[in-house]
Amino acid sequence: MIRVVLPAHLQALASVGREVHLDVEAPVTQRSVLDVLEARYPMLRGAVRDHTTQKRRALVRFFACEEDVSHEPPDALLPEAVASGAEAFYIVGAIAGG
Amino acid sequence: MSRVRLLVGTRKGAFVLTSDGKRQRWDVGGPFFGGWEIYHLKGSPVDQDRIYASQSSGWFGQQIQRSSDGGKTWEAMNNKFAYDGEAGTHMWYDGTPHPWEFKRVWHLEPSLTDPDAVYAGVEDAALFRTTDSGKSWHELPALRGHGTGPKWQPGAGGMCLHTILIDPTDPQRIFIAISAAGAFRTDDGGKNWKPINHGLHSQYIPNPTAEVGHCVHRIAMHRSRPNVLFMQKHWDVMRSDDAGDSWHEISGNLPTDFGFVVDVHSHEPQTIYVVPIKSDSEHYPPEGKLRVYRSRTAGNEWEALTKGLPQQDCYVNVLRDAMTVDGLDKCGVYFGTTGGQVYGSADAGDTWAPIVRDLPAVLSVEAQTLP
Repeated sequence: MIRVVLPAHLQALASVGREVHLDVEAPVTQRSVLDVLEARYPMLRGAVRDHTTQKRRALVRFFACEEDVSHEPPDALLPEAVASGAEAFYIVGAIAGG
Repeated sequence: MSRVRLLVGTRKGAFVLTSDGKRQRWDVGGPFFGGWEIYHLKGSPVDQDRIYASQSSGWFGQQIQRSSDGGKTWEAMNNKFAYDGEAGTHMWYDGTPHPWEFKRVWHLEPSLTDPDAVYAGVEDAALFRTTDSGKSWHELPALRGHGTGPKWQPGAGGMCLHTILIDPTDPQRIFIAISAAGAFRTDDGGKNWKPINHGLHSQYIPNPTAEVGHCVHRIAMHRSRPNVLFMQKHWDVMRSDDAGDSWHEISGNLPTDFGFVVDVHSHEPQTIYVVPIKSDSEHYPPEGKLRVYRSRTAGNEWEALTKGLPQQDCYVNVLRDAMTVDGLDKCGVYFGTTGGQVYGSADAGDTWAPIVRDLPAVLSVEAQTLP
């Protein structure tokens, strides 16, 4: 079970709480987590990754185990602590703008 | 007694304002989608409880929301706007080719006959349509592909398709406008398009009378005279009496002919409204006086409407989708400002009063006249 923490606006959009739990088959990567997230909550499609390019939106960041993994390749393995559910995968709206 | 519902899009959410036919006391509902930019909301004329909203964010992109109960509850719909085929390039600010990139939906125009059909005008400029109530969106590619698309350039606010007018006597005829490409018309439901900018003169572009390149801010028509179009251009207020084939200036005695909005009285097709703005860099009313100007002669002769509007120290703007009229008699006229005020007039503009004063900056206002 993967724990994913969503920013407030995406919580409202998906009508969920701060943290959602997902069943993600190995290998657990950014791509596999987001694929499952978007399948379960279709309204989040396009809100985290661009619909067409599947690239992370510019002002969205990913954190795992207190590390910014936003620039890691989407198919790189996430830390074991995230894959085991001990730690959450954080989707964060960048602190930007006014 | 009839009621009026105003759908207000702002920089930080949507609001629904409701009143009875007297239009003196208003209830303010919202914010909906707090924190998101709501460029536009509009209800279906066939089913007025069916409302579509464009919700966007610099962080999380574009969403489309649909309500089936008059704005009480909302459902997120498909938000994928993919250009048809190879996206191609338009012209960037510096004149170089730049790839078409979807950014947001500026305007939603529901069909006049089918509550499940809606047109969407987007940035970078293109026209999309859904026929399944927002479950899927498809581009009408002939607009970008008719030939002049590679010459289109963005205006200061981006390259947006912001105006969609459907001819009520012939739904195959649609008028659209793009900043800063100009106005276009299809007579066959979007299979073919042509620029309709003859008579526009824009001194700020290399060829002031070019076929495309004009910064059209807004077009309006009265449903009884779909061949008569009114335009607020970057500078100049214009009229066409032949469905856009030719335009002539009707700025007349306006204090400035820069502005964003233009709209038509719901029962008097010769009566039109604009809000003059000082200049293209000074986006506020001349002399700090917020004045709506009304012409009862389809232009050229204008009167200032000031009763109830601030006549000193007012430096707000009124954006292109932020004026509307209701269908009651007397005609109600409404507009929202970048200062967060929504003003209403229940007597066709003779007198005004603020409906609400302190919303986020208003992007759009649409009126629904309910039974």
